[in-house]
Amino acid sequence: MRRRVVVTGLGVVAPNANGVADFELALRKGRSGIRHQPGMAEHALACQVAGVPQGVDELCQASFAEDELLAMNSSHRHAALAALEAWTDAGLERPDPDDDRVDWEAGAILGTGIGGMDTIVERVVPLVSAGKARRLGSTAVEQVMASGVSARLSGLFALGNLVTTNSSACATGVEAIALGADRIRSGQAERMLCGGSEGASEYIWAGFDSMRVLCRGFNDEPARASRPMSASAGGFVPAAGAGVLLLESLESAAQRGARIHAELVGVASTCGGHRGGGSMTAPNPEGVRRCIAGALADGAVSAEEIGAISGHLTATAADPSEVRAWADAIGCAPEDLPPITATKSLIGHALGAAGAIEAVASVVMLEHGFVHASQNCEDLHPELGAFESSIVRETRPMEAPVLVKAGFGFGDVNAAVAFRRARRA
Amino acid sequence: MESAQIGERVAKILEPYVKDTDAFAKRSDTTKILDDLKVNSARLVDVILAFEDEFDIEIADEDVDDVETLGDCVRLIAARLS
Repeated sequence: MRRRVVVTGLGVVAPNANGVADFELALRKGRSGIRHQPGMAEHALACQVAGVPQGVDELCQASFAEDELLAMNSSHRHAALAALEAWTDAGLERPDPDDDRVDWEAGAILGTGIGGMDTIVERVVPLVSAGKARRLGSTAVEQVMASGVSARLSGLFALGNLVTTNSSACATGVEAIALGADRIRSGQAERMLCGGSEGASEYIWAGFDSMRVLCRGFNDEPARASRPMSASAGGFVPAAGAGVLLLESLESAAQRGARIHAELVGVASTCGGHRGGGSMTAPNPEGVRRCIAGALADGAVSAEEIGAISGHLTATAADPSEVRAWADAIGCAPEDLPPITATKSLIGHALGAAGAIEAVASVVMLEHGFVHASQNCEDLHPELGAFESSIVRETRPMEAPVLVKAGFGFGDVNAAVAFRRARRA
Repeated sequence: MESAQIGERVAKILEPYVKDTDAFAKRSDTTKILDDLKVNSARLVDVILAFEDEFDIEIADEDVDDVETLGDCVRLIAARLS
């Protein structure tokens, strides 16, 4: 029999809040984290707004040693802050760097979509191009290697179980949670820090800008720029940050007397195989449907138990087909779709971190019994008229006990997770 | 530049990398950077680059192999400055 997995710790660095307590407030109040970005304007990107976490360096100075910070680019900083919050929120002690004990039962799956682009742009390319490779020093490799971000957590928390970085584009964050759950269910680990992180750099976002998938029409109105499910949605707003969940076996949580935020009951991952309309950049709807249905089946979740859906919903042309896929997967008529919301309307699209930040939002909403308003869809997309009553445009209470979260990414990859409200003792 | 002045600037560069702060507080010319101050050996590369920037000098990679103590750093830098 597989073991049950619960969420005992949450941590977030988001464009509209740092820390889970303020993040909850930001969600409830509809606080936008999208701002004008002078760097994007300076480099002549068509999109000049983004969601960038604020005050990160100050928080890092207060939390990490000076020599650690010398080797931490923005993705590392976001991940380390969010993981530290999740770890301490779970009631775990931060180990002393001089203590040689290793927690062999704890690991990390901390993903990233793009990784250390800021290090590559600011250090590797200029120095190597100028024939000064020797001046890169010792910290370049660990900041550009994909696994650097999870390795950082291993050092901070003395993790001795599986420590790795997954990368599946914009499905990364949700996928990390699904992978971590499998690790605990199978008995191979007791605790896993799972989530995703992404740095802030216009060099990350420029390629998306060139693909014409970023929002271009709201540079003067940043808070209105991210418009999932809207008729006037014109592309996603790029963002950065990190979300981390401390997943734990129910046994370990009970043994420690840990507070349980939610139970992670269902997980699934699929790929559309670049067939049936799927491609490197578009999802095969059948792959999406199977992924959502797979998570529901895995968690033995019935349609009436779903209190809310946290969609991937990026504010691109894919939104209407995603909403239809949710209804298909759940097996309900459009008017019976559970309430659906898009956290990206507040924070933009944090790529490899998106699903993880939004999973933190999901657990917060489930635990505190609300669904936050999906902003900027007052002009609902014409293809979504039949779903209108299900689209959450004002924050409302959540009664039913399950929230389903999915993330979809380039490569035609999909991941979905279902959280169930923790049963009260 | 006086050795004492160089020593102060060397210590300031090393300080963020030092893991044994007691040993750093009691440092002398014979204090070993890796063994006593517990500086991560990989970071020695960054320390040498910082010396180059601080004193506007160039330090050959082969010279770094002989650096063990704080005194070795000061002598190496003083030689380049002269």
